[in-house]
Amino acid sequence: MRILFRRARPGPLEYHRRWPLRLVMAAALLFLYAPLVALMAFSFNDSRRNIVWHGFTLKYYEKLFANTELMLAFANSLTIALCSTLISIILGLSAAYGLWRFRFPGRTLYQSVMAMPIVIPEICMGVAMMAFMARTGWPQDLVWPFNLGAIIIAHSAFSFPFAAIVIQARLESFNRELADCAQNLGAGEFRVFCDIILPHLRPAIVAGGLLTFTLSLDDFVITFFTSGPDSVTFPVKIYSMVRFSVTPEVNAASTLLIVITVALTALALRLQQRAAAGVPAQ
Amino acid sequence: MMQRQDDPIIRLRGVSKRFGTVQAVDAVSLDVRRGEFFALVGPSGCGKTSLLRMLAGFETPDAGSIEIDGQDMNKVEARNRPVNLVFQSYAVFPHMSVAQNVGYGLKISGCPRDDLQARVDAALRLVKLEGQEAKMPDTLSGGQRQRVALARALVLRPAVLLLDEPLSALDAKLREAMQLELVHLQKTVGITFVIVTHDQSEALSMADRIAVMQAGAVRQVASPSQLYDAPACRFVADFIGRINLFEAVASSRIPGRIRINSPLLGGIEREGSAEGPVTLAVRPEKIQLSRMPAAQPGWLELCGTLTGIAYFGGYCNVYVDIGAAQPLMAQITNAGAARALELSVGGKFWCSWRSEDTLLLMD
Amino acid sequence: MESWRKSPRAWALSMLAPGMWLALFFLAPLSLLWLISFGVKTGITSIDIDWTLANYARAAQPLYLAIFLKSLWIAAATTTICLIIALPVALVISFAPQQLRAWLLLLMILPFWTNLLIRTYALIAVLRGSGHVNSVLGWLWQLPDGLLAMIGLGGHHLMGAQFTPLEILYTDGAVVIGLIYVHLPFMVLPLYAALNSMDRSLIEASLDLGAGHVRTFFFIVIPLALPGIISGVILTFIPALGSYLTPDLLGGPGSQMIANVIERQFKAANDWPFGAALSFLLMYAAFFGLALRGLADRRAAQPGGAW
Repeated sequence: MRILFRRARPGPLEYHRRWPLRLVMAAALLFLYAPLVALMAFSFNDSRRNIVWHGFTLKYYEKLFANTELMLAFANSLTIALCSTLISIILGLSAAYGLWRFRFPGRTLYQSVMAMPIVIPEICMGVAMMAFMARTGWPQDLVWPFNLGAIIIAHSAFSFPFAAIVIQARLESFNRELADCAQNLGAGEFRVFCDIILPHLRPAIVAGGLLTFTLSLDDFVITFFTSGPDSVTFPVKIYSMVRFSVTPEVNAASTLLIVITVALTALALRLQQRAAAGVPAQ
Repeated sequence: MMQRQDDPIIRLRGVSKRFGTVQAVDAVSLDVRRGEFFALVGPSGCGKTSLLRMLAGFETPDAGSIEIDGQDMNKVEARNRPVNLVFQSYAVFPHMSVAQNVGYGLKISGCPRDDLQARVDAALRLVKLEGQEAKMPDTLSGGQRQRVALARALVLRPAVLLLDEPLSALDAKLREAMQLELVHLQKTVGITFVIVTHDQSEALSMADRIAVMQAGAVRQVASPSQLYDAPACRFVADFIGRINLFEAVASSRIPGRIRINSPLLGGIEREGSAEGPVTLAVRPEKIQLSRMPAAQPGWLELCGTLTGIAYFGGYCNVYVDIGAAQPLMAQITNAGAARALELSVGGKFWCSWRSEDTLLLMD
Repeated sequence: MESWRKSPRAWALSMLAPGMWLALFFLAPLSLLWLISFGVKTGITSIDIDWTLANYARAAQPLYLAIFLKSLWIAAATTTICLIIALPVALVISFAPQQLRAWLLLLMILPFWTNLLIRTYALIAVLRGSGHVNSVLGWLWQLPDGLLAMIGLGGHHLMGAQFTPLEILYTDGAVVIGLIYVHLPFMVLPLYAALNSMDRSLIEASLDLGAGHVRTFFFIVIPLALPGIISGVILTFIPALGSYLTPDLLGGPGSQMIANVIERQFKAANDWPFGAALSFLLMYAAFFGLALRGLADRRAAQPGGAW
């Protein structure tokens, strides 16, 4: 009995082709994306109440950009993110390098403490920083950008371990013999680091930097406890707007933040993939 | 329809399977008889494992039909088929003990506790694993895990037992012992075994009949001796055992008789009909060596320089350069003959064999 | 790896800066918080470190105990539902062909990259009284009437007079939904990793021996994927337990969780010692969970690969 041109029944292990599982998968994806898509779509909706589609408009984006407080908060967020990223990269790079290269008593302890900011609930870190600032008499009336100092420090403290992890992963693939060879040719420690190791780490540094930038830009809880009325960041400002009303401007602001964050993270991911695939760092 | 006992237990007709752009199995038709030890043999990528998996129900054929024990397997899922598969990696469940592994299929089918216990014990005795019931798989050797896999499959009394490269993970000594054991096991239990292997010597030593596959198609199905002595084509001749090959051209001026001309061997006459390029072949053990030309009637003879000897204890392979691309390989048993010849590299030797031992292979 | 003594200067240069940063801006604040948890308020802004356990004792009062239990219950509900959803999803992804798999993983992770605040906020628009869910339900409600009206039998009000919108927002349910929404990717990833590294032939063997898919799933897949399941459960439970934004934005006055109470102690109620005590209790719970996970990982790494 010849059966021609028949699409094969799903094989026993082809779970992705069985309809009950496909249904669950589709439902899960719908659940995850529908609210976000609705949010982004309705930021263009010409209606205050925002449930029924009235017409396409960009006016809420205009309002957004005209809202000076919000724009100021955004500027603050960017500044904080840039500064904390810089600090995080330096700290993360040196920690990753030291841990990769040296054996020393207390190494495991050091690694565990470095892992702590990643696992501790954010609220604990936030209130700890708040108590610390109060107790140490942190100056409250600094001029911009120094008034953002506390937030920058707090952000770097919790995000440099992430950068360190990314860089450490890249160090694993570094051939130690290259460093030995350079030393053999007469290069000193510092030159070896700058000329040989750093170029290899470039994609990881950029990826780690993008990661910490995103973490800082997105952070709410820790910033909530370390910021003051004159050092408001973008997420904190949106939070206060959200608490009081659901306005389409918030939709517009959220859409903007989503787009920026996704773009940056996608970039970081691409860079990491290229590094892993062995594209030589220039 | 009453099932006659001499009906084949497996019947494949025109089975094909494609993976992406690769035609893994190409219109394969064959029969496996009841109670026989059947082997599917071929180089890697020839489609033998795909065919086995289609028998087990883990792949569905794009075309063709599979009948097992008279029943069409088209709509039958893997778990309902009267076959069981012993996987190449054995697939012993790491989180269950030996007894739990062996009893798994029985438990699933709702076998009552006492019956289950008795059957598990019997299966373990059959594969010589009595006393190991409570052991966990990570404490067992590879060979022992294979026995667990065998017991687990046999305890369900399938109509056919399928084995995917059963001996490839074992070391040489163990492999030889297992070959004998598997054959003995099959005769004891009496069910049909179908094994897949890339090792032709394994298939030759264990199977009642062998199907040689190449690039998705079956080239020949025959008993081991038939495959060895009367290969149907060049591929089979070369794949099974070792052989020497010569290019030749055949022409059939008188109907019923062929004249084959080979640059090295001269002319030979055979019954039958053939035209065009053919291959002549001779098995190494059929070749005799001597220091002097023998020139016997009915024998073919070539002269050459000895370029290599590979010593194997009970016999040795001798390589002679006869002016062709490949050296001629002859197999000499050491007793007497080799000593008398005083084989040495560089020496001049005459190689001769009976004309009727020359195989004619079309392609 | 070389000993630090071989180049002490390089070692100092690389290890001291991050070490000091951690000590000064991470360990010091936490230690301070720890000290405060043993303190007593002696004025509006002054605290005396009395080494009293009164704050921890206060956490055991019925009022706060209830909140602890509620937080545990909400986190547990979230984790359970996430597990139930994530298992089939991880199954689909890990058995999909290579290309499709990469895309599906990306799709699952993408929402995780967006801001937590925004994700939670997006749910408000969906769950509130005049939100998307209710507007769809309302439309469905009047559908029978509408259909009947089309064939001239209108005016019967089959489903009752007026559609009352479901009160989803500002309930415990909304918080659970919000937490599931945020943490689902965290559950899918470890499950996917565990399923991916599993030997497929074990599943085929089980099917070959006569078991159906459901039994294979419970007897073979789950026991072997257990370390991954435990990992996912802990990675979901701990953050859910300590979450602040989701109960704050989506929950009602009765859906307070630990983090909300802590926040109140440090802002409105101005009772820092008590807030510090609560923070540390939360941290100990987090560490306990991580220890469990470490134990599970170590058991998984033993030969045999499963419990």
